[in-house]
Amino acid sequence: MNVAENSGSLLKPAKLNTAVAVEITDLNKWYGDFHVLRDISLKVMGGERIVICGPSGSGKSTMIRCINRLEEHQSGHIVIDGVEVTADLKKIDEIRREVGMVFQHFNLFPHLTVLENCTLALIWVRKMPKKQAEEIALHYLDRVKIPEQAGKYPGQLSGGQQQRVAIARALCMNPKIMLFDEPTSALDPEMVKEVLDTMVALAHDGMTMLVVTHEMGFARQVANRIVFMDEGQIVESNVPEEFFAHPQHERTKLFLSQILH
Amino acid sequence: MTMAEGDLAVAQLAFVRRATIAPQPPPATMTGAIGWLRANLLSTPFNITLTLIIALLLAWVIPELLRFLILDAVWTGVDRNACLESVQHREIGACWPFVREWLPYFIYGSYPIPLRWRVDVFFIMLAIGIVWLLWLNAPRRDIGTVFFFVVLPIASFILLSGWAAIGLQPVDTVLWGGALVTIVVASVGIVFSLPLGILLALGRRSRMPAVRTLSVMFIEFVRGVPLVTVLFMASVMLPLFVPEQYSPDKLLRALIGIAIFASAYMAEVVRAGLQAIPKGQYEGAMAVGLGYWQMMRLIILPQALRITIPNIVNTYIGLFKDTTLVFIVGIFDLLRTIEVARIDPKWATPVTSTTGYVVAAIFYLIFCYAMSRYARAMEARLARGDRR
Repeated sequence: MNVAENSGSLLKPAKLNTAVAVEITDLNKWYGDFHVLRDISLKVMGGERIVICGPSGSGKSTMIRCINRLEEHQSGHIVIDGVEVTADLKKIDEIRREVGMVFQHFNLFPHLTVLENCTLALIWVRKMPKKQAEEIALHYLDRVKIPEQAGKYPGQLSGGQQQRVAIARALCMNPKIMLFDEPTSALDPEMVKEVLDTMVALAHDGMTMLVVTHEMGFARQVANRIVFMDEGQIVESNVPEEFFAHPQHERTKLFLSQILH
Repeated sequence: MTMAEGDLAVAQLAFVRRATIAPQPPPATMTGAIGWLRANLLSTPFNITLTLIIALLLAWVIPELLRFLILDAVWTGVDRNACLESVQHREIGACWPFVREWLPYFIYGSYPIPLRWRVDVFFIMLAIGIVWLLWLNAPRRDIGTVFFFVVLPIASFILLSGWAAIGLQPVDTVLWGGALVTIVVASVGIVFSLPLGILLALGRRSRMPAVRTLSVMFIEFVRGVPLVTVLFMASVMLPLFVPEQYSPDKLLRALIGIAIFASAYMAEVVRAGLQAIPKGQYEGAMAVGLGYWQMMRLIILPQALRITIPNIVNTYIGLFKDTTLVFIVGIFDLLRTIEVARIDPKWATPVTSTTGYVVAAIFYLIFCYAMSRYARAMEARLARGDRR
């Protein structure tokens, strides 16, 4: 599953713009008594691609789910493109329109066709005429290379195809930031590459991306920065070459030794 | 040259397919009538026993039914003498002339005879509305929906209870009866219980404590009380608190009672469906920016209601039969009109009651079976798009 088999195709340096896309400061979250996120601070510039990795239960998914308020945080601040994530429903809606999300289990709507999955938010959230919405949806389905599946239902597609539909669905809203929550973990091995290729293409286009993944090949190829989390904290954060070549923290070394055989 | 033992072992471990096996038809015992019999009726000893028992039951019941309903039935006559064994000197089955004479009463109750065309128009409009709404390939279903939920209730109300201003003589609901009342009560219960039930179910799952508590209290209170009690409270206790002249019509009170009762049950049915929808669907909907009501209407409810169709229809069928309980507050539904007719001295014979109840059974069977069949068809249709 190594997307980057040679380091010649490395995607750096990113065309970073100076605007801050996501700024997380001193974020804390508890599930009941369990302190799941501890003093998380992370600044993501526009166009930057961050890969977040770490053992399961380390809080990486929870952290990116806080960004579009699928999870509530109890203290600290998250600012997306100048808008702070608070309990204010209006602002949450505003943020969700700008932040696309791709889930581990796709979360496509099984009762709607692929095309309807993509046009739904355009029609109901962006209030776009159906015709125009379908044009946009087909454009993005074309970009993830499955325009011919537009009339099918998600259940008729393979896992890899479903995940690409999910990416297209998120892209239709023309988001400024894309969140990926273990997008390849639920896929059969032979389908991982088609999804990663789609994500690499997206990175080439300059999308701001936060990706929770264990695909270290992808991280090496695409990421500007790798963030390693453990027990709800950011343990180490570095550019990929340094991260893989010279991990500093004991926990990082152990983790890398376990996943890079 | 003889093969060494080592070569043999290697030959058994390594395998490469050279020719592809083409698909072949299944053996004859799996297909056709014999295959069907084997698979469905005679697959295991237990299954064979069941098949035999059911065959015996049918052999016992069907001839009896045929004999009573058709072969020994009386088809003509003007009074009880036609259906009396002692007069006719033969085995007597169903007494159909009794039904023929009383049929208008079974359908309209005491609705004034010259005005019964209004009830007929109501039946026709209702039938059109139901077909328009339920037939998924019907043209302009949007208009059909408006017709069913807006035009039909208003038009039916004006038509049935009358409106002097436009020349329709008012008819007191006391005079309504028979199938008319059964169908009105069932329709109102069916039409109102689903939206009310959905709201209650959403309320029960709401994150707002006040909404949730109110919904839970309402649902648990109504479900904890027998329908008979609800009807009694609606018709006997309400007038104690409300002055006579402001007290709503007796039938209306029963209608409200039934709608409230059914919606509490519906709420629990819908809630079960809502709980079966994976959390990912809510998250997917929220992540693309849908608001709460959009998410419910476009994503969650369509899926939740689909998996609840069998239970919704089950509740509807129960409700349809529960409407017979309105007799307890003095409303003449179909079953009650039959009760009245069967003690008519003019037709008093040993078979009169049975004949009357057979009419009721056929009526309820037709409606309930139709609902059940429609639900099956809907499930099959929806299942096609749902190969997850």
